Parts: sequence; C-alpha cells; structure tokens
Amino acid sequence: MKDDTGTLVALAGYFALMSLFAIGGANSAVPEMQRVAVEVERWMTDRQFSDIFAMAQITPGPNVIIVTLIGYHVAGLIGALVATLAMCGPTCVFAFYVGHAWERFKDAPWRRAIQAGLLPISIGLIGASAFVVASVALHNLVAVAITLGTALLTYMTRLNPLWIFAAAAILGLSGLL
Amino acid sequence: MISLCGFGGVLAWSRRMLVEERKWMTAAEFNDAYALCQFLPGPNVVNLSVVFGRRIRGPVGAFVALVGLIGPPFVIVTLIGLLYARYGEIAALQRMLAGITAAAVGLVFGTCAKMALPLFSDRLGVAPLVALATFAAIGVMRWPLYAALAVLVPLSIAIAWVRR
Repeated sequence: MKDDTGTLVALAGYFALMSLFAIGGANSAVPEMQRVAVEVERWMTDRQFSDIFAMAQITPGPNVIIVTLIGYHVAGLIGALVATLAMCGPTCVFAFYVGHAWERFKDAPWRRAIQAGLLPISIGLIGASAFVVASVALHNLVAVAITLGTALLTYMTRLNPLWIFAAAAILGLSGLL
Repeated sequence: MISLCGFGGVLAWSRRMLVEERKWMTAAEFNDAYALCQFLPGPNVVNLSVVFGRRIRGPVGAFVALVGLIGPPFVIVTLIGLLYARYGEIAALQRMLAGITAAAVGLVFGTCAKMALPLFSDRLGVAPLVALATFAAIGVMRWPLYAALAVLVPLSIAIAWVRR
C-alpha cells in the first residue's frame, strides 16, 4: 500500500476524468479502470481487479463503489475517500443543475436525438465491461457455465441475485473452478 | 423519503426496485430517466438519485437520496476492503471469489441484455449496430475509452438526429 500524495493525486485525477466519460455509469468505465489500475499504474494484478469487481457487485449499493475499493486497495481509507469523491462529486453538481434543465427540454428534438444516440453506446459499454472482466477472470468451463447461467437467470427471471451469488460462491468453494 | 434512501443497489438491483418491485417507473420510463443520467456523465445511479431526489423534494431530496445511496455502501465496502487486504490471499476465499466473479459477470451481461431489448422494438433502427460497435471497440479491441467515445458519440447522435 502506498499513501504518498502523488498516488492520491493520481487517483483523484484518473477518476475525476473517468467520471466525465462514463456514459452509462460506473460500470461503463470498468474497462478503463482495469487498464489504468492493472496495466498503466500496476496498482494490482488482474486477479485482484476481478476480485474487486466481484466484491463491488455483491455489495448492496451503486456499482460506483468499485472505485471505493480500488482507492482503498491503493491508498487505504484516505484513498477510498479520494477516489469516491473524485468519481461522484463533479457529476453530482452537474446532475443537479443540468438534470433540471434537461426536464424542461423534454420534447426538444435535439434532446431526443442525444438521448437516443447515447442509449446504445451505454449498453455497448456495459456489455464491454462484462466481457473485459470475463476475459481476465474466466479460466475454465465451469466458470463460463456459471456466467452463462447467471446471465440467463437475470434475463429471464426476477430471482434475487444474492441467491445466485451464494450458489456461485459454494460452487467456487467446492473447488470446481 | 425513507424508501428513497433505501433504493441503493447496483444497476440491476435498482432496476428491480424501481421498475419490477416498487413500480415507480415503467421499463420505458426507467430507460428514459436512465438515458438522462447517461447524458450526464458519471456514475449513473448516483446521478439518478440526485435527479430523482430533486424531483421529489428539491435540494434536500437530492442530498438525502445521495447520502442514502452512497453512505452505507461506502462503510460496508471499506470494511470489505479491509478484510480483503488482510485475508484476500486465503485459498478458500479465493475460490469463493472466483465463483462470485463468474456470477457477477453474468449479472452484468443479463442486465445489459434486458436493457438492450427496447433497442430492438424500435422501428428498424441502427441502435443495435451502434451498441455492437461500441462493445467491439472497447471490449474486444480494447481501444482507449476517450478516443473511442470521441468517434462513437457524435456519430451515434448524428444518426439519431437524421432518423428522428
């Protein structure tokens, strides 16, 4: 764990910038987070990154908390705070003011075009995030089967994901993965 | 207000809560509000809470929704981070996390598929193609996010404008 000021500044800089490009939310930026944390800064290994991704997904709360975990891993509690504020602060202020104006232009054609244009991009980004983690974390057919099974259950049923996570954890513990 | 505080959840869960359980929004409304928060950059569910909170109770609502959304998970996840830093290398935990990672990836894929459904109900749109192109550029080619978006975003909006 490093806790020098330079690391904190880097954390803040990366996530503040990333938050401005995270179309579709924190999950959309997962490929970029992976690149920065693993490949550029070498803060963690691929396995640690996918562990963090998994822990963020099972924690009840918005998926932006993956940033909190990355910050904590890199620089402890202060790192967690810095990363979370950098990812949320600027865009919250933005959301508060722009979100209101946005409502007033509800039927403006340019607004509809922007909205219609951004939706498929965000869906592509979220799919890409799942794919990037899958490509570093799924090492055998059992893992792939768990992923496919979860995707199908999520898509076709309204089963609480916690049950799926519990079953997957037991399967993992049994040593099949 | 209290229920608003509790609406925290990963994208999949907040969708369950707002659309499937509480029926506060229809699927189309959710996509609409959600798209709004995509236009606003940043963590969408966080933005959603600010916009939703403000709509219901003004600045106080926005603030309460935000703290309600971020506060508890921040504490929980920091504890998890602490435990992981201490015990993360234990073999049994590693194996459980490997299982959970596989399921977590599936959850995101499944939610993504659910969200993609309305794209296809549109009149013969190119939206599914844009989604695929984005997926390929970022997920498969691993092009840098900023460069890829600089091309894809204006292109997609232009297509939507022409086809409106």
